Amino acid sequence: MNDLHTKTAHELHGLLGKKAISATELTRALIERNQAAEPLVQAFITPTPEIALAEATRVDARLHAGEPVTPLAGVPLAYKDNICTAGVRTTCASKMLANFVPPYDATAVAKLKATGAVMLGKLNMDEFALGASTENSAFFPSRNPWDRNRVPGGSSGGAAAAVAAGEVVYALGSDTGGSVRQPAAFCGIVGLKPTYGAVSRYGVVSVASSLDQVGTLTRDVRDCALVLNAICGQDPLDSTSAPVEHPDYTALLGQPVTGWRIGIPKEYLGAELDPQVRAILENAVKVLTGLGAEVAECSLPHTEYSLPVYSLITAAEVSSNLARYDGVRFGLRVEEADLETMFRKTRAAGFGPEVKRRILLGTHILSAGYYEAYYLEALKVRTLIRRDFDQVFRRFDLLLSPTSPTVAFKFGERSTDTLETDRSGVYTLAANLAGIPAISVNGGFAAGLPVGVQFMGKPFAEPQLLQVAYAFEQATQGHRPLPDLGV
Amino acid sequence: MALSIARVEQVAMLAQLALTEAEREQVTGQLNAVLAEADRLQALDTTGVPPMIYGLPLRNVFREDGVEPSMAREQILANAPVAEDGFFRVPRILLDD
Repeated sequence: MNDLHTKTAHELHGLLGKKAISATELTRALIERNQAAEPLVQAFITPTPEIALAEATRVDARLHAGEPVTPLAGVPLAYKDNICTAGVRTTCASKMLANFVPPYDATAVAKLKATGAVMLGKLNMDEFALGASTENSAFFPSRNPWDRNRVPGGSSGGAAAAVAAGEVVYALGSDTGGSVRQPAAFCGIVGLKPTYGAVSRYGVVSVASSLDQVGTLTRDVRDCALVLNAICGQDPLDSTSAPVEHPDYTALLGQPVTGWRIGIPKEYLGAELDPQVRAILENAVKVLTGLGAEVAECSLPHTEYSLPVYSLITAAEVSSNLARYDGVRFGLRVEEADLETMFRKTRAAGFGPEVKRRILLGTHILSAGYYEAYYLEALKVRTLIRRDFDQVFRRFDLLLSPTSPTVAFKFGERSTDTLETDRSGVYTLAANLAGIPAISVNGGFAAGLPVGVQFMGKPFAEPQLLQVAYAFEQATQGHRPLPDLGV
Repeated sequence: MALSIARVEQVAMLAQLALTEAEREQVTGQLNAVLAEADRLQALDTTGVPPMIYGLPLRNVFREDGVEPSMAREQILANAPVAEDGFFRVPRILLDD
C-alpha cells in the first residue's frame, strides 16, 4: 500500500488490527514519505526515525502475540518542539535551547508512549511559541503544503504542515492564543484547543501559563477525539489540571445536532474579515441549518478589548516564565567574567527579537507604577470577556466563527512583531482568555487554499464540540483534503 | 503612556537583557504600538470587577507530604553549561575586597 500516509489513525488502527499491515511497515512508509516531503515542507527540527522503528517493533510484538492494542498503538506522530521528550532534544525553536535534552517526558508524551504511540520526531514552531507563521523560528520557516510560498501558520506551524503533508498521522501542539487552531485552518486539518486544565501542561515549556494548553492536530474529527481520549486527565504534576471526569470523547460522534442553537458573534465579522473567508462561513451556516441547527447572530461586546488584554497578559507571563533562562542550569551560556554580564549577554544571544519584545513589555507592565494601569486592568477586563461568554452560553449551545480573518499569507507579507502576531489571532485568543474549548475544522477552499471555521463551547463541552464538528465534517466531506506535493 | 528609549533601557536592565542601540530604538516603537492598543482599556469602567488570574476557577491543591523518588543529580547536571563536583559552576560572585 503506497497511500498509507493519507490515512487517519482510526483507519490505520483497523488495518493494524486485521494484520493487513504491520506497525513497522507503516512506520517505514511514513519515514519514506518524510524523506520525500521534508525538503519541500521543512516541518521537522529533529526527526527520530530510529526511535519510531524501535517503538513500532514493540507494538508488532504485541500484535503478533494477539494482545489487544489501543486505538493509537503503532500510529506515528510527532510533537511540537516545546513538548519535552526524554532523551530527545527539545529546542522551542530557540538558540537558547538548541542543545537542551530533557531528562523527562511531558505527561502528554508519557501517556501516548504508554499507549504504544510511535514518535517520528520534533516539529518546527515560532520561537517559544510566540508567532503566527513559523517565521519566528530561530532555525528556518516551515512551508504550507498547499502553497509553499505561504506560511503554514503558527506557532504550531511545523505540526500542521507535517499532518497536512502526510508526514505524520497526527501531532500534538500547544495553543496559547490560537497556535493550534490557526495553523490547522491554514493547512486544512482539524485543530483542537481543549478547555484550560483538560490536559496536563507538565513538561510543556511554559510561555503564558494561564493561557497555555496542549492541543491536537489531526486529519479528521474522529482522530481528534481519539487523541484527546489518550492525553486528557488530571495530573499530580500539574496543579492547574482539572479534577473532572473525562468521558469517552468519541461517544457522541454521529449523533444529530437537530435543534442546537449556534450563535455567531457579530464582533467576529468585522472589517478585518476577508470576503472569501466570510463566504466559507456563510456556507457553513447553510450546512449547519441543513443539519437542523438554528444559527443566529449574537454579541460578545468586549471582543474589541481581547487583543490588548491578550498582549498584556502574555507579555507579563512570558517575562516571568522566561526569567529562568540565565545560562546557569541549562540552555545557552555566553561566558563572561562576571555573573550579571553573563546573564545579559546569554539572554541577548539566546532569544530572538519577538521573544525579547515580549520580555521587555512584560517587565515594563509588571514594574511599580505600571502594574495597576496595565496588568491588573488587563486581568479585570479578562473577567469581562469571560462574562460575555457566560452570558451568551445561556442562550446558545455553541458559537461559530471564522478561525482566522484570512487564508494563509505569504512569507514576509506581514510583520512578525507582537501587535501583528496578536492581530492574526483576533478570533482565536478570546477562547484562551476565557479558558473555553475551541476547535477549527476545514470549511472549504478559497482559491485553492483551505479556510477554517471555529466552534467554541462552554468549559468541558468538548463532547458537544466534537459532535457538531463531526456532523459538519460528514456533511461537507471537507475532511481529509490532502495537498498534492508532487512527491 | 508612551515609552521613551531611556525607559526601555531601564526595563532591559531589569530583564537582564543586553540590547544594542539599534534594537533599543526599534523595540521602543514596536512596544509603543502595543501600548497604544492597551491604552484603550482605560476607557472601560472596571470598578468592582475582580481580576481573572487563571483559565478556570481553580483552588490550591494539597496532598500528603510523602517522599517520592526524584531525578538523579547527574541527569539534571547533564544539561548544565558548566558543572563541577556535582554543582553548577558560575563566574565568581564575591569579590576579594
